[in-house]
Amino acid sequence: MFGWEYPPHVFGGLATANFGISEGLYAQGDIETTLCLPHPFGDEDRTYANIVAMNCVPVAYRDVDYNYVEQRIGKIMSPDLYYKLREHIYADFNYMNVNDLGAFDFAGGYPSNLHEEINNYSIIAGVVARAIDFDIIHAHDWLTFPAGIHAKQITGKPLCIHVHATDFDRSRGKVNPTVYAIEKDGMDKADCIMCVSELTRQTVINQYHQPPSKVFTVHNAVYPLKKEIADMPRPCHKDKEKVVTFLGRLTMQKGPEYFVEAANMVLHRTHNIRFCMAGSGDMMEQMISLVAERGIADRFHFPGFMRGNEVYECLKSSDVYVMPSVSEPFGISPLEAMQCGTPTIISKQSGCAEILDNCIKVDYWDIHAMADAIYSICNNDSLFDYLSIEGKREVDQITWEKVGKWIRELYLRTLGW
Amino acid sequence: MKTICLYFEIHQIVHLRRYRFFDIGTDHYYYDDYENERTISDIAQRSYMPALETLLQMIRDNGKFFKVAFSLSGVGIESLEQYAPEVIEKLQELAETGCVEFLAEPYSHGLSSLGNEEYFKQDVKKQSEKIKEYFGQTPKVLRNSSLIYNDDIGLMAHQMGFKGMLTEGAKHVLGWKSSHYLYHCALAPKLKLLLRDVALSDDISLRFNNSEWNEYPLFADRYMDKIAALPDEEQMIGIFMNLSALGIEQPLSSNILEFFKALPVCAKERGIAFSTPSEVCMKMKSVASLDVPYALSWMDEERDISTWLGNPMQREAFDKLYKVADRVRIANDPRINQDWDYLQASNNFRMMSTKRTNVGLDRGIYASPFDAFTNYMNILGDFINRVNALYPDEIDNEELNGLLTTIRNQGEEIEMKDKEISRLKAKVEKLEKEGDKLRSKSAKTSKTNKTASAKKTSTTKKSTSVASSKKTASKKVE
Repeated sequence: MFGWEYPPHVFGGLATANFGISEGLYAQGDIETTLCLPHPFGDEDRTYANIVAMNCVPVAYRDVDYNYVEQRIGKIMSPDLYYKLREHIYADFNYMNVNDLGAFDFAGGYPSNLHEEINNYSIIAGVVARAIDFDIIHAHDWLTFPAGIHAKQITGKPLCIHVHATDFDRSRGKVNPTVYAIEKDGMDKADCIMCVSELTRQTVINQYHQPPSKVFTVHNAVYPLKKEIADMPRPCHKDKEKVVTFLGRLTMQKGPEYFVEAANMVLHRTHNIRFCMAGSGDMMEQMISLVAERGIADRFHFPGFMRGNEVYECLKSSDVYVMPSVSEPFGISPLEAMQCGTPTIISKQSGCAEILDNCIKVDYWDIHAMADAIYSICNNDSLFDYLSIEGKREVDQITWEKVGKWIRELYLRTLGW
Repeated sequence: MKTICLYFEIHQIVHLRRYRFFDIGTDHYYYDDYENERTISDIAQRSYMPALETLLQMIRDNGKFFKVAFSLSGVGIESLEQYAPEVIEKLQELAETGCVEFLAEPYSHGLSSLGNEEYFKQDVKKQSEKIKEYFGQTPKVLRNSSLIYNDDIGLMAHQMGFKGMLTEGAKHVLGWKSSHYLYHCALAPKLKLLLRDVALSDDISLRFNNSEWNEYPLFADRYMDKIAALPDEEQMIGIFMNLSALGIEQPLSSNILEFFKALPVCAKERGIAFSTPSEVCMKMKSVASLDVPYALSWMDEERDISTWLGNPMQREAFDKLYKVADRVRIANDPRINQDWDYLQASNNFRMMSTKRTNVGLDRGIYASPFDAFTNYMNILGDFINRVNALYPDEIDNEELNGLLTTIRNQGEEIEMKDKEISRLKAKVEKLEKEGDKLRSKSAKTSKTNKTASAKKTSTTKKSTSVASSKKTASKKVE
């Protein structure tokens, strides 16, 4: 499996999904996963997958001492694996920028030389694919598609690709041609395409011109909350001021301006509601000035980026969670809000709307409906209680184990077993 | 001799429009006129008219043999009046044949029987009056909205003077008993209960056109054979359904009307008769009492009230609605009354149902139960504000009722006094005229003149005292 990020070093939603899928596959009992990560930190959970650190894989021969290797990379990869991989160097990459172990360095995350890193990653994949025995290749998102293709070309093993998001979602239709080319190439060469929602599946079919017969929907899931988080009390807001929360990157894709406009409509009719827009992003300043322009700044707050338990504290003290995403391939955060017992309003344009029943769905542009739903949850205790209790019950049924089972089924179909 | 009691329900709701919370307090019109017109005229054209025409033909062809019963909700009558008056005319034509009985039901087709006793009685009375006005019959048998029934409702029906009531032959109430007998209410032994035969009714209304059903296609002779094959003691077969089953649930292309046309002949051959509910109540005796502590209905597999009051949202809406019932009744404002009827309709609650096994549920404009709830609560919020605005909130209902009675009494008193005043005024005028006459006639005798003027002053005094008492009364009213 080729992945780009993995918890606990989370840059975006990809890490959580990647972990969940590994966990789900592990739960099937007969699947062993080797996960290639560009830059592991050594503190990753290795129960569910064997992690190969791509920044420690030699692509140029270096005669190095066992102890030296142990001391350099022992924390993240065993030296034995290093020697095993060194046997399978297939070309001389000395002309490239390799280090003392004959490996490439990775910055991790999403640096400015991303395209160079993607290329390096696929070179290394050639070594790994030759060294390790496996049955099927699974590549997550466009960053790893070249690596997946490379591995397929070398070994002839079938390639599954997992589409967590397409460039159409990220850019509201104005795609970056380089990214589109990589995505399209990956999809063309894949034997099986897994999409996180029917919405994404349709994008893949229509925008990337893929035959529908090889495109499948694999919805994401959530992990159960940690006990300490689950035990956090929910403050009771009955007959008190209510809090309505938006949580996510403040960027075009997430539709923050619709939240502000809906808030404006609600605040012009009622006064016992506060709005909270957590997160940061390129539209932060624009949103702050919009709020000021509408004259609702006294009831509209920007707590900034939240991490770790802050997120759950925020969700637990909210009465309504709103995700007005313009285009969301899946969107795990409403599921997390529901786990916390917070009633949720999501846009019909989000993938998770396909599997959720006990939440309110509106069109992202329909600010009237959104405002109406916010007002209704805040004013009708029965609706709040129902969505809170039934929502939690519903989301507790959505597990990675079930996702793993479905992926296993797709693997078997692809392999023709 | 076995007898079939055939009964059709006619009711369509008044669709609510999309009502946002911004509209609360600014817009008091809650209905989607376009949708109402569309649905009613569609149903009238595809179902009610052809079905009623067929039934009328069946009555004419079979002399006095074929009989049928209808009930119309008041709200339904209003809609038909407005958008499809031909249906009402057709029903009046049917009423003239003498083979048709009209039953009573709550005017609003609502759940008032579970919410407010006083209002339920008023609701039923209102509909009975409307039926009398349109069809010249005073209903003697009651059918509650969606056949909702329990012992308390039975008792209320008895108190209102009904001879019988229609309800569901629900398995969980009957147990081993058969629905083909007449039963009576446990709390009011004089109230007879006619039960719906679930299987035979659903054969027509639910399964008739279902080609996967093992008895498909259903023919009239086979259907009557089934009834004839029942044990001899089982005498009453209640076949109750919505009239829209003929044409909407089961399309006309399934030849359902042909099936109906053949029923009377097939019944006659097998010695099976048709009766109206009140005939059944008169002729037959009850075999046992039926204990129904919890409400039952003809909806869903559970045959209970969970489809309207199954989740907390529905219960909140219901509680909030009936909390103002007394106010509405006391206020008796025509516009409020009308909205109140439309808002009560049970369909509004059904659209909020979160049950998974909803047979034939059409949520209309609503995307989800939450959407239906939000919209309804917005409307209800506005409605409650309007009701409360009529009289101050602090005065409780009893006090308000007392005050309103006082006002009414004083109004009557004032009216009396007004009459008295006009009478006295007339008298004064008369006396004045007489006085003038006398004056002109005999200016000679000053003695008689004096007595006449004395009389005149005394009467004017009286009239001023009456006027002042009127003033104080009107002050009280304010």
